[in-house]
Amino acid sequence: MKKNAKKIKLITEAGTSLANKTGPWRTHRPETDYEVCIGCSLCSKICPEGCIEMVSCPERGGKLKPATDYDYCKGCALCVRECPVKAIKMKKDY
Amino acid sequence: MKKQKQILEGSQAIALTVKNINPAVVSAYPITPQTHIVEDLAKIKADGEASYEYVRAESEFAAASIVLGASATGVRVYSATSSQGLLLMTEVLFNIAGMRLPVVMTCANRSVSAPINIWNDQSDVMSIRDAGWVQLFAANHQEAVDSHILAYKIAEKLKLPVMVNVDGFILTHSYEPVVIPEAALIKKYLSDYRPETGTYLDPEKPVTLGAFFTPEYYLETREALHNDLLKSLAIIKKEYRVWQKISGIKNGGRATIDNGLVEYYGPKKPATILIALGSVAGTILETIKNNQLAGKVGLLKIKVYRPFPSEEIIKIIGRVKNIAVIEKAISLGQAGPLYGDLKTALNANLSGRLNIKNYIVGLGGRDVTEKMLADIIKDVPRKNKIIKFRGKI
Repeated sequence: MKKNAKKIKLITEAGTSLANKTGPWRTHRPETDYEVCIGCSLCSKICPEGCIEMVSCPERGGKLKPATDYDYCKGCALCVRECPVKAIKMKKDY
Repeated sequence: MKKQKQILEGSQAIALTVKNINPAVVSAYPITPQTHIVEDLAKIKADGEASYEYVRAESEFAAASIVLGASATGVRVYSATSSQGLLLMTEVLFNIAGMRLPVVMTCANRSVSAPINIWNDQSDVMSIRDAGWVQLFAANHQEAVDSHILAYKIAEKLKLPVMVNVDGFILTHSYEPVVIPEAALIKKYLSDYRPETGTYLDPEKPVTLGAFFTPEYYLETREALHNDLLKSLAIIKKEYRVWQKISGIKNGGRATIDNGLVEYYGPKKPATILIALGSVAGTILETIKNNQLAGKVGLLKIKVYRPFPSEEIIKIIGRVKNIAVIEKAISLGQAGPLYGDLKTALNANLSGRLNIKNYIVGLGGRDVTEKMLADIIKDVPRKNKIIKFRGKI
């Protein structure tokens, strides 16, 4: 090994996993139709990446609706499969 | 030091030594193929004679994960396993090495199934020889005891995990006179483990351990681990001598070479050399003696198997005509693992006769390009290092 070879640190700052945005791994993105969505929060509970958060929508009288974080959503489509009212559809993302 | 010899079972001798080394956490799975080592450690704890946390795990995978986690918080840890148990730990063992955690574990070497068999051989450890652990092999009870003390010294000094291999049953279940160094003496050699702040999990100073590495970085981390393992040979040698001096215990009694990495027994120019790992070395010595072959036949006992002490071995076997590698393991479809390792070491020495080089490429998703391969083709005839990591950015 060269003496000046790049020294890579194995121990890094805490919370750096957030710096690795895994969103670009996906080819299709889930999109939720809030008109159809009943706000049951099932998608948020089953998302394997934990990147669907239920947020209050002021324009819908404060009702809870799922917000997908596309920085980390890998496009697995589990939310699409589990949605009881079929409010989520996969769209091409490339 | 007062050398108080006791007649102890190998497992009990190891347990008493570990107690005196004073780890903070011991975790193990207590069913076959386990040994009395962890049973004794549990009893010592239950009797109030030790302060370590004893965590009885639900599997070997869990036991290894528990010592990984405990070690990541910056404390001294211990576990022991064997055979199928070691195989179940495999994934975690690679993680422990990759995270550079100074875990020390005993492997009571036993065969693996199928067919179901838990008697002694060294198939288990050979399946994880590439995990990045330092692998020590003990040939008798005293060596097993001293190897554990040395193991913690190396592990904590170099941030490398160390496995102490002892032949199942032959050492773990047999009785021999042995000296168990007292805690105070061990402490003289092995001071309390205090890793630097910022290198372990601490809510006051949070860090990320075992993070994700993309193809741009992975290969370099593997090369660094490989190089650190090779560099540890010199430190093992040195620390072995230091412990001998402090403890006054000498293992390789009649050996003409005894440097911590290998022991050699026999004439300067033997007609035949037998090479072995572990307890069979004792049987070989008896065979040489009982057949009046001491003038012709030598024994090379390898005590450190990973990193492989190629240089020390070549110095001894380089000019010997007949070499027998006595192994209790087989890499199915090829040869005994030690045999392969020796051929690699010998090839490095016999330059010119047959030029076989080894290029490590494409680790962790690094592209293997046509240019790299063309460079390798140009590099093959050159006289330089035998093993090279290629494709570094």
